[in-house]
Amino acid sequence: MKIDLINLRESFSIFEKEKSSAYLDSAATAQVPDSVINKMEEYYKYYCSNVHRGVNLQNEKSTNEFETARNVIQSFVDAKYVSEIVFTKNCTESINLVANGWAKHNLKAGDGIVLSILEHHSNIVPWLQLKKEIGINLHWIDLSEDGQLDMNQYEKIIEEENIKLVAITGQSNVLGIQTDLINIIAKAKAKGAPVLVDAAQLIAHKQVNVQKLDCDFLAFSGHKLYGPTGIGVLYVKRERQEEMQPWITGGGSVLEVHRDKFIPSETPSMFEAGTPPIAEAIGLAESIKWINMYEWKDIQEYESSLISYATEEMNKISSLKILGSNNKHGCISFILDGIHPHDVADIAGEMDVSIRAGNHCAMPLHTALGIPASNRMSIALYNKKEDIDLLIKAINKAITIFSK
Amino acid sequence: MDIYADNILDHYKRPRGKDESLCVNEQRSCHSEKNPSCGDSLIMELEIDNGIVKIKWNGSGCAISQAAISLLSEEIEGKTEEEILKLNKKDIIKMLGVPISTSRIKCALLCLHTIKNTIKKSKGEVLNKWEDTLEIDHE
Repeated sequence: MKIDLINLRESFSIFEKEKSSAYLDSAATAQVPDSVINKMEEYYKYYCSNVHRGVNLQNEKSTNEFETARNVIQSFVDAKYVSEIVFTKNCTESINLVANGWAKHNLKAGDGIVLSILEHHSNIVPWLQLKKEIGINLHWIDLSEDGQLDMNQYEKIIEEENIKLVAITGQSNVLGIQTDLINIIAKAKAKGAPVLVDAAQLIAHKQVNVQKLDCDFLAFSGHKLYGPTGIGVLYVKRERQEEMQPWITGGGSVLEVHRDKFIPSETPSMFEAGTPPIAEAIGLAESIKWINMYEWKDIQEYESSLISYATEEMNKISSLKILGSNNKHGCISFILDGIHPHDVADIAGEMDVSIRAGNHCAMPLHTALGIPASNRMSIALYNKKEDIDLLIKAINKAITIFSK
Repeated sequence: MDIYADNILDHYKRPRGKDESLCVNEQRSCHSEKNPSCGDSLIMELEIDNGIVKIKWNGSGCAISQAAISLLSEEIEGKTEEEILKLNKKDIIKMLGVPISTSRIKCALLCLHTIKNTIKKSKGEVLNKWEDTLEIDHE
């Protein structure tokens, strides 16, 4: 289906409000189409029950819907086996599962993990914790002068260090640049190092194909993909699953339990102890169905027209500086001379323009850029040019207030 | 009423009592605090002169956090440690004289949080947590 903005926005009740407003914070959490909300409501109204735990009709229906959701996600990321799709709470938990379920049991003191300076805290802190616990080393890829990841530095690290995992984002949540995943993964593979892709931002802006990428792990959240909060996904390649140990354990993750031992069940349920987020998984599948109505080519074309327009308008403001190089996807971060980002976001907020202020959970990147904080505006498929106009108005208002 | 009132902007742009050379140091009378939600930070160093508190401060952050410490540094002139420890959330909001929303309350109270903890640290007392400064009602 071609993108028809009026039609598209009508699928979101939240855009019905008459007051002018601009939601430009989808990189934090995207708005949710009514079809997703209705699908979740249906679960609670008509067949609310646990999954894999009974033989009644309601249970049968909820189990079927839940497992169908897994199939929808499998085909969305093009995983080879449905059992490679693990449901988690969010992208952060997915990465923590890789750290605690895989890395902790396959890496030892002195082994190295490659991270990039673009990572957000979710793909940094679990590795810092592992460093503290088992003494692994972290190697960072910095930005080169052209504002992209320094691939020479990466090649050097891969060649010279004892690298056992590359954990890399597909798209920066601050600078909006996409990383050259194909190249990064190929280089890691040549040295036998598995790769974890943090697709938290990438997933809503570009088609992801795990087989083509040949990554070992891929993590994302539902709520940045027009889905509900409380649901995340970890794709784990079958070979890596065999190397994993259970992390969070309990009911639903075991085959047998005795007084002195337990036998874990098969994957993916081995990693899904306790009652899973059932409505949320079903909701996420519905949000994927929603995005699947559009062609990726059209999504990218439309979103990049918004980013270009915002860049042009921002460049007209002399006291505004855009962070990072061109070729952005999903977001633009910026700073204003003499005005703290928190104040800009507050003044914008008064005008019902939602943007973010702070370090966007990417403190090492902000430190590398030499700034404590920035503002970020981020877009989704439902944004329109008028949203950008409203943001520019808000920025100009902040400049006027602070020039008093 | 507007949060960016003239006196707030004036104190933000011309902070009173700010010492840009002050850095975090090992002194018992020196302490720093941060507002984790947006990265505002304050450093304070305390001096007691005949029972009266004198502070040096340095910091960076949004207009509210920086105007608040500037105003507070004037507000506490002539006050004792005990008098400062009795200051509360209401006093700071009154001092600022502008409406403070939930999302800005930590910016506004960072000055109070820092000054109380600087005093407590110098006395070897247990420091306040943010929930103490924010006066979160646990009932």
